[in-house]
Amino acid sequence: MAAFAAARSSRGVLSAIKASFNTFANVKHGLAVAPIAQSHLLQHARWYSVSHLSVHERIDRKRNAALVGGGQKRIDAQHKRGKLTARERVELLLDPDSFVEYDMFVEHRCSDFGMEEDHNKFPGDSVVTGQGRINGRLVYVFSQIMDQAMMVGAPVIGLNDSGGARIQEGVESLAGYADIFLRNVLASGVVPQISLIMGPCAGGAVYSPALTDFTFMVKDTSYLFITGPDVVKSVTNEDVTQEELGGAKTHTAVSGVAHRAFENDIDALLNLRDFFNFLPLSNRDPAPVTECQDPSDRLVPGLDTVVPFETTKAYDMLDIIQGVVDEREFFEIMPNYAKNIVVGFARMNGRTVGIVGNQPKVASGCLDINSSVKGARFVRFCDAFNIPIITFVDVPGFLPGTSQEYGGIIRHGAKLLFAFAEATVPKITIITRKAYGGAYDVMSSKHLRGDVNYAWPSAEVAVMGAKGAVQIIFRGKTNQAEQEAEYVEKFANPFPAAVRGFVDDIIVPSTTRKRICRDLEVLASKKQTNPWKKHANIPL
Amino acid sequence: MAAYMITPTLQRVLLSAKHVSFQSRYCVVAGRARYSVVYDASEKVMKTCRKMGIKTVAVHSDVDANAVHVKMADEAVCVGPAPTNRSYLNMDAIMDAIRITGAQAVHPGYGFLSENKEFAKRLAAEDVVFVGPDTHAIHAMGDKIESKLLAKAAKVNVIPGFDGVVENVEDAVKIAGQIGYPVMIKASAGGGGKGMRIAWNDDETREGFRLSSQEAASSFGDDRLLIEKFVDNPRHIEIQVLADKHGNALWLNERECSIQRRNQKVVEEAPSTFLDPDTRRAMGEQAVQLAKAVKYSSAGTVEFLVDSKKNFYFLEMNTRLQVEHPITECITGLDLVQQMIRIAKGFPLVHRQEDIPINGWAIESRVYAEDPYKSFGLPSIGRLSQYQEPISLPNVRVDSGIQEGSDISIYYDPMISKLVTYGATRAEALQKMEDALDHYVIRGVTHNIPLLREIITNPRFISGDITTNFLPEEYPEGFTGHRLTPEGRRELLATAAALYISAQLRSQRFMGNLRVSTTSQEQSQWELQVELEKKSHLVSLSRSGSSFTVEVDGGSVEVSGEWNLASALLPLSINGNPRVLQCLSRDATGQITLQYLGTQFKLRVLSRLAAKLTGHMPEKVPEDTSSILRSPMPGSVVAVSVKPGDMVAEGQEICVIEAMKMQNSLIAARAAKVKSVHCKAGETVGEGDLLVELE
Repeated sequence: MAAFAAARSSRGVLSAIKASFNTFANVKHGLAVAPIAQSHLLQHARWYSVSHLSVHERIDRKRNAALVGGGQKRIDAQHKRGKLTARERVELLLDPDSFVEYDMFVEHRCSDFGMEEDHNKFPGDSVVTGQGRINGRLVYVFSQIMDQAMMVGAPVIGLNDSGGARIQEGVESLAGYADIFLRNVLASGVVPQISLIMGPCAGGAVYSPALTDFTFMVKDTSYLFITGPDVVKSVTNEDVTQEELGGAKTHTAVSGVAHRAFENDIDALLNLRDFFNFLPLSNRDPAPVTECQDPSDRLVPGLDTVVPFETTKAYDMLDIIQGVVDEREFFEIMPNYAKNIVVGFARMNGRTVGIVGNQPKVASGCLDINSSVKGARFVRFCDAFNIPIITFVDVPGFLPGTSQEYGGIIRHGAKLLFAFAEATVPKITIITRKAYGGAYDVMSSKHLRGDVNYAWPSAEVAVMGAKGAVQIIFRGKTNQAEQEAEYVEKFANPFPAAVRGFVDDIIVPSTTRKRICRDLEVLASKKQTNPWKKHANIPL
Repeated sequence: MAAYMITPTLQRVLLSAKHVSFQSRYCVVAGRARYSVVYDASEKVMKTCRKMGIKTVAVHSDVDANAVHVKMADEAVCVGPAPTNRSYLNMDAIMDAIRITGAQAVHPGYGFLSENKEFAKRLAAEDVVFVGPDTHAIHAMGDKIESKLLAKAAKVNVIPGFDGVVENVEDAVKIAGQIGYPVMIKASAGGGGKGMRIAWNDDETREGFRLSSQEAASSFGDDRLLIEKFVDNPRHIEIQVLADKHGNALWLNERECSIQRRNQKVVEEAPSTFLDPDTRRAMGEQAVQLAKAVKYSSAGTVEFLVDSKKNFYFLEMNTRLQVEHPITECITGLDLVQQMIRIAKGFPLVHRQEDIPINGWAIESRVYAEDPYKSFGLPSIGRLSQYQEPISLPNVRVDSGIQEGSDISIYYDPMISKLVTYGATRAEALQKMEDALDHYVIRGVTHNIPLLREIITNPRFISGDITTNFLPEEYPEGFTGHRLTPEGRRELLATAAALYISAQLRSQRFMGNLRVSTTSQEQSQWELQVELEKKSHLVSLSRSGSSFTVEVDGGSVEVSGEWNLASALLPLSINGNPRVLQCLSRDATGQITLQYLGTQFKLRVLSRLAAKLTGHMPEKVPEDTSSILRSPMPGSVVAVSVKPGDMVAEGQEICVIEAMKMQNSLIAARAAKVKSVHCKAGETVGEGDLLVELE
């Protein structure tokens, strides 16, 4: 089912993949692009005066054709599928009148299987490309302008809706893919890259979103897979639907390929605008600070009672996060995957921060393979883009068991450790309850260059819980209950860590927001560099 | 002062109070009130004790260790785990707490053991003062059958009925037939709405008998039931009495408690609009006669049903401090807790009947954690993520035992607080109540403020024309929230649009970031579409400073305010009138939930472009709900009456869920075969959990 939708621009820059909404079946009819605010686009397009009248006429004709894209029939077909056209999407995503389009005159140069016929050629084939603004800040849309995005230092957003390679184009389309992949890789860590999957995305094309920082999907209308259900059936004899194989639910809850899913095109684009506001424009820009009406010294009385008395009882880490951050607004990343760790973006006194928290509600908040990988990738994004990291710790340890050991928990757990240790952005850590064993070290501990580490009075920093510890220390002895009580008295509290300076202070939970805001202000000018290296070798 | 004099002896009063359901009042020692429930008995008692120089000890269940009453007390003792029968009703643990702390007196609060004669007896045996009437009176009044006989003997008007315990279902049907329908079946040991059912025919009598006896058994440990004539269109008016140990007794005027749902009070006021001075005196005198007849001492309440001709009938006497006592305190100026402590110590009353005034008007709203759209209130649970009481307003009093971060659990009564407002006139008190409800911030649990605010602004309520059937009469299809007038609709649409634009503008303001487009100037005119209750409205806004002029539905609305997007309250001026709204949620896709005139409205604000394109979005198919039965509230499954393969008729009972000590029978929406059953008796279920699927 792979149709490659790549085309070469007159400037010799490869344009590619994204935003074609063709499946192979209707490729021969070309592309659907909707007419939008034509006057605005004309006004922005950068064309120089052309004296020759016939050229002038041709330009106008082509431009108009580009704006109509694949024609009204295509537009209607796209709408019928519950999807918007590329131009409608761009218009919703960007500030009104801010879009500047490039490469409007690109056509495919495919000459086989009747593709060369005029009625199968469309100016602006396959992709809508350009730059615009979201809440006044520059963004590039679609990937072929990544060179410029990197040069200018502005994020790239890809709106993917493509049947895949245009088979008729053959190897040229494969080259087109690789070119995109390379640019994704080179831009990684330079400018934030976001993919929004708004239709099918199959075959080689899936690797572009996979290389970007965040992949979002639209529920029910978007799919990501290497090979579709038909090929799966013929190879492995599995019966599986598109939705089960690569739908939003699969990728946000099972595979961890996508970071979040939204209800429909409009919800997705509006959420993307909101999300964009959290991000710095590039690795040379600081994390954005927006106007904040939530007092930075606000006390949060609810935090004083959120941690239950019984150390075995669960609570919701989101209650703490929402209580602490500005206006309870938390943009969670991967909310349905590896739920034993919570990651996402929020603001403190207007400044973007990355939040990492163990989730006691799910699997006691232990670290396992998936949660380590999820956490590590998020921490590295924050570090790459100057976003301070706030870590809330309630972790009983790494999850034991053969499935974890065979799966390589050592290797994967090391990723999170690596990411926290390597990060040079401001790091503030709050131990709300358990911080046991190696997991304590991993979770942005003082030893990994945590800048400010706090403990709540309910904190227990220890090698392990009382019961397990006593069973080992006093193996075979009878009065274990007594020993347990002694252990609890000695270790199940924040003092052992505090006297050694492993936590900077034991704080009243309701003052947590106030403390973090104050520390972030101090740490805003933090400068820390790691030893020079070509790149580190994170245990992948 | 008298209060000072008793201090040496009553150095420590153990208070108890949690309240599980305000109907099954238990009391306990030491103040508690937490968590869900809460009430304040304990806090109120503690405040008074502190004023009187008496130290207090709170008793609490383990989950209540952080409760407000525990923090207020001088000492606290844990008496067991969350379930009330292992903590607040656990007499052994409470007696231990008394011994450990050396408490010399116990104030039982409103619920739990407050009317338990066994408890009073045990205290007496240990020489601990029980702040309440003596065991004889508790016993006499606690039993509805005996109390009725006593009332009759004391020449108090009583309702015709059967003076004895009903033996079984068939007996119930026979007696009901003799009295004549409608009849009321109620628990002999209970109070309030627990174990109480109205029956209009034989079938309902059978069902009512079964459910009431189960409820009575689980709530009071006593499944005896009685049956009496049900007085149609009655008012519930009660007289507060105060009696000392020297044979003196006073009546402190009435409380009108007719606004009820499922026989539980929702809004109370003092005085009643209905009583004339003669009726008031007649009722007061009968109440005092009864108190004297049982040698009552302490504060007590004599409940009456009053018909439209102002005939009144004795219902029952509550031998404890009642939840709604603050409104009596407001209009009489007496501190009832202080009076109770004085009386317990043996002091005679200091007031005479002619000293008892009616000053002004007081209204109490019971703020519950419950969903008012389901049967006028089914319990909800959750964590109070945000909580602000309107206590900064003048003449507003809030008695609660919860705070931000408290959990409302299935273990206790879902009351959040008692909100009392006071004014020189009824109109003034009602106006204060509106303001107070608008300023009351409760997030994290569903609450009944929409219903409360509708009641107090209902024209029939304002005119005073109410009965205990007020709610079903006014909302025969169930409560559906505030009905917007065309003007109200415009106000709401304008506010949502202005709030949306305020948020949009703020999201463009980056501090100290030089890389924001300098060319785009802040817009001052917008064209939007706002959806409300499935209708789309085209809205045009223009802004000048913090003021918006909004053209909507052919009218113009001027909205201005601070537009503080971080604040839970949204104080605005709409067309020059002050109005307080609350923004409950707001997201990137333009969904905004506003609380306007008490009711929560969901709106969606979209740019014209987004609105135009919305039509292309696929409709998500909602689940077919007629073939599945979900739990309407959190609770525990008491019984499942079907198994897979059974045929059920429309309206047939499928299972029974108990929450907050109320049993709710869930029925089939249509006739069908049972496909699968996903719950079993004894299980705890959450709201929305799938219980049974039909084919």
